[in-house]
Amino acid sequence: MTDTLVSFEETLAKFDPALGLEVHVELNTATKMFCGCPTEFGAEPNTQVCPTCLGLPGAMPVVNRKGVESAIRIGLALHCQIAEWCRFARKNYFYPDMPKNFQTSQYDEPIAFDGYMDVELDGETFRVEIERAHMEEDTGKSLHVGGATGRIHGADYSLVDYNRAGIPLIEIVTKPIRGAGEKAPEIAKAYVAQLRDLIVALGVSDARMDQGSIRADVNLSLAPKGQGSTGVLGTRTETKNVNSLRSVERAVRYEMQRHAAILDGGGSILQETRHWHEDTGITTSGREKSDAEDYRYFPEPDLVPVAPSREWVEELRGTLPENPTQKRARLQADWGFSDLEMRDTVGAGALGLVEQTIAAGAAPQAARKWWLGELARRAKEADVELVEYGVTPAQVAAVQTLVDAGSLNDKLARQVFDGLVAGEGTPEEIVAARGLAIVSDDGALSAAVDNAIAANADVADKIRDGKVAAAGALIGAVMKEMRGQADAGRVRELILEKLGQG
Amino acid sequence: MPEASVPDSFGITRDEVAHLANLARIDLDDAELDHLAPQLSVILESIASIQGVAGADVPPTSHALPLTNVFRDDVVVPGLTAEQALSGAPEQEQQRFSVPKILGEE
Repeated sequence: MTDTLVSFEETLAKFDPALGLEVHVELNTATKMFCGCPTEFGAEPNTQVCPTCLGLPGAMPVVNRKGVESAIRIGLALHCQIAEWCRFARKNYFYPDMPKNFQTSQYDEPIAFDGYMDVELDGETFRVEIERAHMEEDTGKSLHVGGATGRIHGADYSLVDYNRAGIPLIEIVTKPIRGAGEKAPEIAKAYVAQLRDLIVALGVSDARMDQGSIRADVNLSLAPKGQGSTGVLGTRTETKNVNSLRSVERAVRYEMQRHAAILDGGGSILQETRHWHEDTGITTSGREKSDAEDYRYFPEPDLVPVAPSREWVEELRGTLPENPTQKRARLQADWGFSDLEMRDTVGAGALGLVEQTIAAGAAPQAARKWWLGELARRAKEADVELVEYGVTPAQVAAVQTLVDAGSLNDKLARQVFDGLVAGEGTPEEIVAARGLAIVSDDGALSAAVDNAIAANADVADKIRDGKVAAAGALIGAVMKEMRGQADAGRVRELILEKLGQG
Repeated sequence: MPEASVPDSFGITRDEVAHLANLARIDLDDAELDHLAPQLSVILESIASIQGVAGADVPPTSHALPLTNVFRDDVVVPGLTAEQALSGAPEQEQQRFSVPKILGEE
């Protein structure tokens, strides 16, 4: 079943979108939120579990201090108020990935509330207001067996691994974002990207969307155009688990066009959960039951309230990283980037990558050149975000070190990136294994130069007569013979020496 | 939440009890609902009378102990092995808990 869409332009001509984003951040604490089980990604199934996170009778939870600290630091970085007193609550529902039959969460007393984030897009700033950031725990992971697709629909049964159950999550919820118009999809993406950068700067999460450590739910509604920012909001849909930046943008765009088609045809939007399909780029109905939203929240009796002292909050405020706007200005000055270079770097999602590459020893322009040139092109071809492409800043810096040392030229460096993506080891190992190093040894070069002179006697004569510019043709011939691995500068010197122009 | 029905006595209607039973996956038949709804109402009435005793100077509480900020350090504590964790599972496969079909009744 495929939904009808109207074009994006027609959607905008008739409707104003309102966005709401819920982002779940999985913290990088060593242990779970309410028990001492480890949180390592990729462990064998059900090896990081205990009576508490399995919900066995009599097990008692105890709050992880670092989890609360991370929550407060995220709240402060989002300019939120920090609650003087708040409680955990049980969110009751039955689902096999939650063995306790409730999720420990926060309900009407979030630890952080009323903040904002200034999102930068194309050189403009758009303020996104934050409703709340609250603490909760992750669920287990289900593997659906049977059926054609490995999806939950049509599966015969499911297999559950509880290693992830109980890992601390911070859910960050925006207020309705209105007035974004045609930029709504891009603002949604830019908000999640900037939030991810902030989380990375805070050091509270691995922040890997591809591993699910940051997950976005996208709420969207449309209102008739021109009612202004105070008009009644339309009925919303919530698209769950949008797990890449590009998909955030696509999901917003898709739901806008789908809503517009329904409203345009005189229909009404059903308030429901939608599932995002990464492969086809569409959403489908989650088919929730009508009482599914009735979670019977009540205060968690097994956990006492959290009442962060103002001294603690201020101490944590002192650990916050530099605010992003000031930081950008400082980095631009340090690096000597033009406004355009800086904007392109931010726009490509490469700011953090360039920064880390420079920190690992590369020159600013070299770092920028690799990330915005070769690697951006590869990421685009592979249809992934730059940060998810699979090459790290440390690797880029190591490649540049080899270039600076004269062991690689840019052309050979590209082959090193092929090796890095293929997981062939460090840049040095790849150079050795693939035999990529530049040859500047005179013995090997001299023979190749002699061959080139012999094969191009007419060109050699021109150079002997003083036409030094003709040397390029001979350099090309040598490079061809040396499979691109000759030191071009040294080859030129040898040619000129041999032809009496040295 | 059904709104049409009139409260039995003080607190909770028969329809509300049926709704809660459904949320809690408790299968109650008509006779059980007739029996339980008035009883739950009596309990709620009793609670209401206790609430009446507390004056404005007594703040509501959800916990019996006057404690806050009970935390543990972020240090790994050994838990269960997969074998122990799965020992009570009626069905298991690939070192995971096997559960019946989750969706598909519609």
